[in-house]
Amino acid sequence: MGFGAIGAAIGEGYTAASANEAIGRNPKLSGDIFKSMLVGQAIAESASIFALVIAMMLLFTKFPAHTLTPYVLIAAGLCMGLGAIGSGVGSGFPAGAACKGMARQPEVTGRLTTNMLIGSAVCQTPAIFSLVVSFILLFTDFSVRPVSPTWAAILGAGISSGLGAIGSGLGGGLVAEASCDGVARQPLTATPVTNVMLLGQAVTQTTAIYALLVSFILMFKSFPTTDLLAPPMALLAAGLCMGIGAIGPAIGEGFAGRSAVAWIARNQKHIADLTRVMLVGQAVAESTGIYSLVVALVLIFVV
Amino acid sequence: MAIEGVDIVKAAAFLGAGISMGLGAIGPGIGEGMAAAKACEAIGKNPKEAGLLTRTMLVGQAVSESTGIYSLVIALLLLFVV
Repeated sequence: MGFGAIGAAIGEGYTAASANEAIGRNPKLSGDIFKSMLVGQAIAESASIFALVIAMMLLFTKFPAHTLTPYVLIAAGLCMGLGAIGSGVGSGFPAGAACKGMARQPEVTGRLTTNMLIGSAVCQTPAIFSLVVSFILLFTDFSVRPVSPTWAAILGAGISSGLGAIGSGLGGGLVAEASCDGVARQPLTATPVTNVMLLGQAVTQTTAIYALLVSFILMFKSFPTTDLLAPPMALLAAGLCMGIGAIGPAIGEGFAGRSAVAWIARNQKHIADLTRVMLVGQAVAESTGIYSLVVALVLIFVV
Repeated sequence: MAIEGVDIVKAAAFLGAGISMGLGAIGPGIGEGMAAAKACEAIGKNPKEAGLLTRTMLVGQAVSESTGIYSLVIALLLLFVV
């Protein structure tokens, strides 16, 4: 919950700052800008509301007394708290750009709101992945599994999805910000800009999906009982590896997507070149995320 | 739980491998993204040079990828050799 609140607060703060800037530029439109600010903030807030729901459930549900229960509670809390950071901050970017864009080009308010909503919705997906993993952790009956190494698998699953969501939320937000900005500058390019935005955002989400995949494997695979320390550590390390490794590539892909979208808005003729270079650049940035996935899978299945 | 020396070393090696690859993936990912971003900007400004710019971007990214590959090598060493 604490982590989740940080992200939402930063995202909403950014939106409010942009809204003020926009109202300053075009005071006549303050009503529209204010409305758009509130909608954008509501979306940024939703990630932290997910975190609040999980925190409330952790506090007020009666959980069965079992050795694994504390691990489940810690993992669910970490997963949702960390997972809300990126989506909260990321959703703030398109909302801020939309507010500024309305001040600049009041006629495209409707289109800007649509773009903002689509872009922020994609930013929220990693937070929703985290929510799903938290719910599965809370409602799965782990009592039939061996305590060791299941405790490490549970923690690893939570950490993987939680940390893995940070980068994708942020990266998706950067791309959406450029698209709102671009639509405001050149309303005629709205269609290609939205298409490339969705493409770029889809690539930034891939590492969050790897992290989700690793979490699912850790939660649903049954591991043989062990007395040793090494097997549980391998599972915990798999979660850490995929979770941390997903942050960088997603943010980097977000930078690439942001520039590509911004320049397609200015120079629509070169959409093919720009999309190609964006995808090639993103593919290279993705490689370290894939290395992390490989190492995580080796840790789970081979060693 | 009977924990012995060999077991602790193995456990630490696994944890180390995960942390090595995880942290090692952050920098190259962000750096390569920046290179790609600047390449997109430059192609937007000067589309005629797209070929040259793409080549420069790929060379730059290959260099920044190297630390990610070092992390991968260290992780695999920790997993399979130690």
